[in-house]
Order: sequence, then C-alpha cells, then structure tokens
Amino acid sequence: MDRRRFGQLTALFALGVTLPRLAFAAAAWEAVLAEARGQTVYWHAWGGDPKINDFIAWVGEQAQAQYGVTLEHVKLASTADAVAQVLAERDAGKTTGGAVDLIWINGENFAAMKAAGLLHGPFAESLPNWPLVDVAGKPAVVTDFTLLTEGFESPWAMAQLVFEYDAARVATPPRSVKALADWAAAHPGRFTYPQPPDYLGTTFLKQVLYGVMADPSVLQTPVEDATYAAQVAPLWDYLDALHPHLWRAAQAFPQNEPALGQLLADAEVDIAFAFNPGRASAEIAAGNLPETVRTVTFDGGTIGNASFVAIPFNANARAGAQVVANLILSPEVQARAQDPAILGFQTVLNLAALTPEDRARFDALALGVATLSPADLGPALLEPHASWMTRIAADWGTRYGVAQ
Amino acid sequence: MAVPVLAGLMGTLIPALDGGFHRLAAWPGLRAAMGLSLVTGFVATVLSLTIALLLTAALYGVPAFAWVQRLLAPVLALPHAAAALGLAFLLAPSGWIARALSPWATGWEVPPDLLTLNDPAGVALILGLVVKEVPFLLLMILSALPQTDAARRMMLCRTLGYGRLRGFALTVLPALYPQLRLPVYAVLTYSMTAVESALILGPTLPPSLSAQVVLWMNAPDLKGQGLAAAGAVVQLALVIGALIVWRAGEILCRVFLTLLAVTGRRGLWLDPFADLMARAMGIALALTMAAALAGLALWSVAGPWQFPDAVPQNLTFATWSRALPDLRDSAGVTLGIAMLSTFAALALVLGCLQAEHRFALHPGAGALWLLYLPLVMPQVAFLPGVQMLALQAGLDGTMLSVALLHLVFVLPYVFLSLSAPFRAWDTRIATAAAALGASPSRVFWRLRLPMLLSPVLTAAAVGMAVSIGQYLPTLIAGAGRVETVTTAAVALASGGNRRLIGAYGLLQMLLPALGFVVALALPALVWRNRRGMLA
Repeated sequence: MDRRRFGQLTALFALGVTLPRLAFAAAAWEAVLAEARGQTVYWHAWGGDPKINDFIAWVGEQAQAQYGVTLEHVKLASTADAVAQVLAERDAGKTTGGAVDLIWINGENFAAMKAAGLLHGPFAESLPNWPLVDVAGKPAVVTDFTLLTEGFESPWAMAQLVFEYDAARVATPPRSVKALADWAAAHPGRFTYPQPPDYLGTTFLKQVLYGVMADPSVLQTPVEDATYAAQVAPLWDYLDALHPHLWRAAQAFPQNEPALGQLLADAEVDIAFAFNPGRASAEIAAGNLPETVRTVTFDGGTIGNASFVAIPFNANARAGAQVVANLILSPEVQARAQDPAILGFQTVLNLAALTPEDRARFDALALGVATLSPADLGPALLEPHASWMTRIAADWGTRYGVAQ
Repeated sequence: MAVPVLAGLMGTLIPALDGGFHRLAAWPGLRAAMGLSLVTGFVATVLSLTIALLLTAALYGVPAFAWVQRLLAPVLALPHAAAALGLAFLLAPSGWIARALSPWATGWEVPPDLLTLNDPAGVALILGLVVKEVPFLLLMILSALPQTDAARRMMLCRTLGYGRLRGFALTVLPALYPQLRLPVYAVLTYSMTAVESALILGPTLPPSLSAQVVLWMNAPDLKGQGLAAAGAVVQLALVIGALIVWRAGEILCRVFLTLLAVTGRRGLWLDPFADLMARAMGIALALTMAAALAGLALWSVAGPWQFPDAVPQNLTFATWSRALPDLRDSAGVTLGIAMLSTFAALALVLGCLQAEHRFALHPGAGALWLLYLPLVMPQVAFLPGVQMLALQAGLDGTMLSVALLHLVFVLPYVFLSLSAPFRAWDTRIATAAAALGASPSRVFWRLRLPMLLSPVLTAAAVGMAVSIGQYLPTLIAGAGRVETVTTAAVALASGGNRRLIGAYGLLQMLLPALGFVVALALPALVWRNRRGMLA
C-alpha cells in the first residue's frame, strides 16, 4: 500500500468516524439548547468595572434574544465569594439546584475548585464554537497557570501584563526588569506595585522572577523545597534594592489593580501596570487617565493568561450556562469585547479560522490611542505553576508585609 | 437570636481548630495586627466619646447645638466605605487639600511622597472612625437625654454655682451613661473590627487583625479559611478583653467623679476652655465630614480631574445616568428588606421590654450578652456557619431569608437605642393611668408608645440604616440573587472608581437619611405644642 492510498484510506476512515460523531454532537447540542430555553443563568462575576457590567448586560440581551436564556449578573467584590458559596453548598449536601450557574474564574480559584471536585465538566471542548478557539496560537486557553483545563472551564478573554506610563513625565520607559529598577532609583517615590497576595502584585513578582532567575523554565513545574530558596534568592535581592525607591518608601502599598490605576490617574506614580492591554485606552476615553498615558511591554515579553468561565458541579441551569459559555465564544461577542470603546479585551479566537465576514468585525476595530498592536505587544510569558505564586506571596508577607 | 450566632461560631471553630491556630501563631504579623486593633479601637472610642460628651455638655441648649443635630442624619447614613474614601480623597498627598494649595502655595507640580494615609500608627484610621462614631454617639445621647431630665439637673447645678462642664459631669453624666453604655460598647467593638475603613485608611503592613481576617477569607486557594477562622476567634477574644478593660475604666471614672463631687469645687474656670474646645472640634469634624461629602459629590459629576486642579475640568452627569437605572431596581428591594427586618425587630424589642416591665422581669447580664453577641462577634467569625445553616434549611436566596439574617444585626441595634429610653420612662405615669382605670395595654398604646415616639423612630431609623448597610449577610443569605443598593455599591467600590463610589455613596446615604429625617421631623411636628417632649 503506497502512502497516498494509505492517506486516502485514513481520511475516509476518519470521515467515517467523524461524521456520525458530528451528527451526534449536533443532536446533543440541540438537546442542550432545548433544555436551556427558559432557564435563568446566574453568572457570578466581579462587578467592580461598569464597562464589564455593561458588557455582561449586553451578553444577557443576546442570550435572551437568540436562545431564550435569561442571564443575571451577580456582581461580586471578589471571586472568592462565589467559590465560598459553592463550597458551602457542597458541605451542606446541596448537590443540585445550586445558586451559582457560571463563574468568571482563573488561576488559583480554578485550581482549588477543580481539585476539590466543585466543577461540572468537561464541557468546554464540546461547545459548538470551540473549534474557533486559537488553541495552537494561544496555549493559555487550555493551560490555566500550567494546570490543564481539560474542558472544565471555557476561555473568553486574553490578558497580558502591560506597563502604563505618562509620556508627559517619562520620556523613555524602562523595557526590562533591571531597567525598571534603575529607573526607580533615579526617580524615587514614582513607582509601586499592589501588595501581594493581590493577584496583580504577585504577577509583578512573577515578572521579576522571569527577569532575574537563572533558569525561568523551572517556573513551569511545581516548587521543589530543596531548590526553592536558592532559585528565588535573586527576587529578594532585587526587591531589597528596589523598595527604598518605591512610592512611600515601601511603607505602604496600593491594595489592588484599581488602587494602582488611581495612583497613576492622580499623578502619585509615573509608571503603573495592568493585566488588560486595552485598559489605558479605555480609561483615557472615559476621562480617568490623562491623554498622554501610553503602554509598553518588556523586551523579553510579559506574563499573559486567559480569563475563563466555569460551571459548578451543582449548577441549577447547567444547560443555560453552557449556552452562555458558547455565546461568549461567538465572533460577534468576541469582537465586541475587543472593541477598545467597549472593553479592549483581546480575543481568544483564531482569526484565521473565522469566515471573512466574521474576520471583518475584528479588522474594523480601532486599536485605541494607548494600546499596542499585537506585534508590538511582544510574546506572552506563561504563568508559573500556581504553587510558586502561593509560596512567593506567603514569603513576601513574612519579609515585607509585617514591617511594623 | 443566639442560635444563628452560636451555630455560626461552631462552624467557624471547627476549621479554626483544624490547624488554624497553629498557623496563626506562626504568622509574624500577629502581634502587630492585634496591637493595631486594640490601639485604634481604644483611641477612637475614647476620642469619640469625649468629643460627643464635650459637645453635649458645652452646647446643650445653645442654638449651635440644634445645628449640630441637623447635621447628624446624613453623616450617620453615609456608609463607612464611602466615608473612608471621601476622607482618603481629602487627606491624600494628591487629595483635595493638596490640590487646593498646589501649585501656588506649595510649589507641588506632582503630589509629594508623603505618608498621610495608611500611616503605621493608624492616625488616619482613627480619624476616619472618630468622624463616623461621634455622630452615632451624639444621636444616642440625644435620644437618651430627655429621659435624664438634663435641663433641670443643669439648672440646679447652675443655681449652686457649678460650671457647665463640671455640672454636666456630676449630675447629667451619671444618669446618661448607663443608657449610653451599650452604644459605647458597640462603638468600641466596631472600631476594633472595622474592615473597610481599616483597608482604606489604616496601615497595611500588616493591617489590623479584622482586615487581615477578611483578606484570608478571600484567599483563592481555600486554605485561608482555617487561618481566617482562627483569626476571627482571636479577634473575638480581643474584643471581649477590651470590653472588660473598658468596664474597669468606667468604674475608675465613677470613683474619680465621686471624689470630684466631694471636693465641692465648682470648676468654673473649665467652661471657657471647654466651650472653645467643643466649638473647635465640632467645627473641625463638621468641616471634615462636609468636605469629604462634597468631594464625593463633586467626583460623581466630574469630568477629567487631574492633579493639581482644584476643581474638575468640566461637569457631566454621565456617572449618574449610568448608575440610576441600576439603583431604581435595587432601591425597592433594599427598602423592603430594611422595613421587614426593622418592623420585626421593633415588635420584638417592644414586646420584650413591655413584658419585662409588666411582669417585673430583670434580664440578667447573660441575656444581654446573648443579644449583644452579633455585635461583638466579628461578622466573618460566624457568617460562614450561618450560611451552612441556611443552606441545610433550604432558606437561602429569597428576600425573606435576607430579612431574617438582617434581623440578627438589626435587633441588637434597635434594642440598644430603645431599651434605655424605654426603661427610663417615668412609670409613675403608668401608675397614675392605672389609678384612673386604664388597662396595661391601653397605657402602653396610648401613653408609653406615643411618649416614646422620638426614641422609637430613632431606633427604627438606626435599624433601617443597619439593614441597608449590610453587605456580607445580604450576599450570603441571598445567595447572590438578592441585589440591594449596598451589594451593588460594594461590588463597584472594589473597582476603586471615585465617580461611581461618589454617586453610589450619596444614593446609599439617601435611603437611610430619609429615615433619620423622619425620626427628627415627625416628633417635632407631633409635639409642636408639647415643648417638654422635645428635650
């Protein structure tokens, strides 16, 4: 048998296997749609940003119009509130009819829920829009802090760390971890980072780790006690040198990303950072940041990850939740999320896999005055294994968090 | 009453015992966090009480005092988080004061690197607590004063040649303080366990124990729960210890006042000084609060507003037009829950007090502590256990279950503000009525309740404000499905957007403020021909 014949045969065989499976999947999805119609989906998502709240409300209108699914946004101050709710329900023996149908989640919250068996799934990879997701180009959509998602959560937005600076006061922003330290030393009191264990604060520590570690590739495996101390020693050296030059001489830290953003808006610092490359443009448009703010990333790349939605094991409207998760992956919704005037979130879809009409939705988007083009954004560094974050945040607390 | 709290506490103790205490003891910030809780709590309470009493002593009956009363309602109704943020914007190096003086007076083109907020000693936090607690104590004093016969006591002192302040301390205070005791304990407890104010204004390296407990609760890896539970138990012990110390302080003060009375000195020289202090502090507090409120209000309509501009570049109603539709939906739910829990609390408290009066019952200290438990107990210590209870009973996710859990917090406050005036009511009136043939229930409905109109309405307003302000209990009992103005506001506040916090803070203030306005205006209207009822 020559190779061509073999290829044809396998193709035929594959077709023979795939077609019924496709038909089966289509029938299964029809059943999900039918079950979902009339359901109310309670989506527990952080409610701290009116732009995001408006976007979720818009998604709700689409879900109602297209699928007859009612979407209620439960606005949280912290994702942990939703995790605690599901945990309490499990402990109370409530295995059906839970209050949470869909959670906006990633990182440690996901790892914790998955490990505790609090999630329904796998469901993500059988969503009809899943083939559009850029699994090859954006590996973060299936690996959440090095943990394989295995279909237990569905991605909906890409995020990457970008540094925001006021070009009116900073002519040439630093483009590496070391350059940042030099800049801070030359401009005392004009830079700071959120206090770990805040996630943006620990992200900054991870970014520093990438810059100062001898071999950052070990970050992809769990922490090993034997080598940990020596591996992270350069981080503490770096911070020991940096802290005297920080805002308030490191006697106080902003508590979270919004607080850091407010410091930039108030001109209390000259350089800040955020996990959304489009944030600066959106905030300028909203009149919260001066028009002279620009963004920059580091030469070797910056930390990138994805935001997901997951369905708790005891969700009441499981079908409706899947319909919403699928809807968020549609090109129309993804293009709206990427619009800098709406959210400025980067899409999780593979633009090459889209139909020309759908691709045009993305091509039509303006970039925003302070947003970097995908080419200028540079490579996205993978999130370290979650154990690094936990360990480093705890050690930061011991070293710097109890200064008084 | 005690069931949810104790069950909740059990739910907290179990994870705490599971290695939580061990890990807590290993936390290097423990001593500093405990010290911070104690010091800020004590200093804030002593300052608040001193200022409130001084204001009352120096200004009671003076026209300026009526002015102070009118200012109270809005300040009381302002949520703690909004008040703290308003204050933070005032005091920050990039804040309003610095903006007003820059660059012409200070030469600052960019904000200076000064530690005016989050200072290690907690001065900003203490200020934030005092600004909120003085109005609360003043309101409590105002509702209790009529029962103490203060005017005649003061008059008697003056005829004997005593100074105002000395006379107040020797005659009115001994009658007033027993009625004020529980509110003062609530202030001490709250000051020690405040979370939002502590996170916004207080030091963070480490934060106070209660703030740290909340941070642990929110730890994403679910491992913080045991640590948080242990921290909450230690916090509880700390509060109980502080209350015991405070009680000892009360006894010392009583001895001191007795000795002072025995000397017979008239203390006239104190008055000019006290008067000046009272006016200065009253004005300083009022100005601070007014400026913080004005800052919030201005932010809610501000266009771009960069440092060092003293005012925004332009004004816009964009924030309000965005917030109003949301608020319209949740305001009805919020009011409904608040009324439900407040009416239930009023009925229960009045029923208890009346039964106590009719059957000559004497509630022991134990009963009082039981009632008081939800206030002394840090919310984070027992709410997770309450959640478990509600889930097992299938009682979560409805307005009714939210109102029920609110009742746990509303009831003690209503009892707190109502019990003292209720008991201080002159029972000779009842005796006289009974002698004229009135039944006990007729005495209650036709005499006691109408005569206590002012304290009853004040208690209802406090209850409404407490219910409206609840965040964590609403979230837990409502399973996230019952959205009130406060759950929306707190979620938005986590985004740190000053414009939205300004708009929501002011609107959140509006609902309870209405209650306080009614509590002040209605008695004035009803008793316009009964001067003796108006203190």
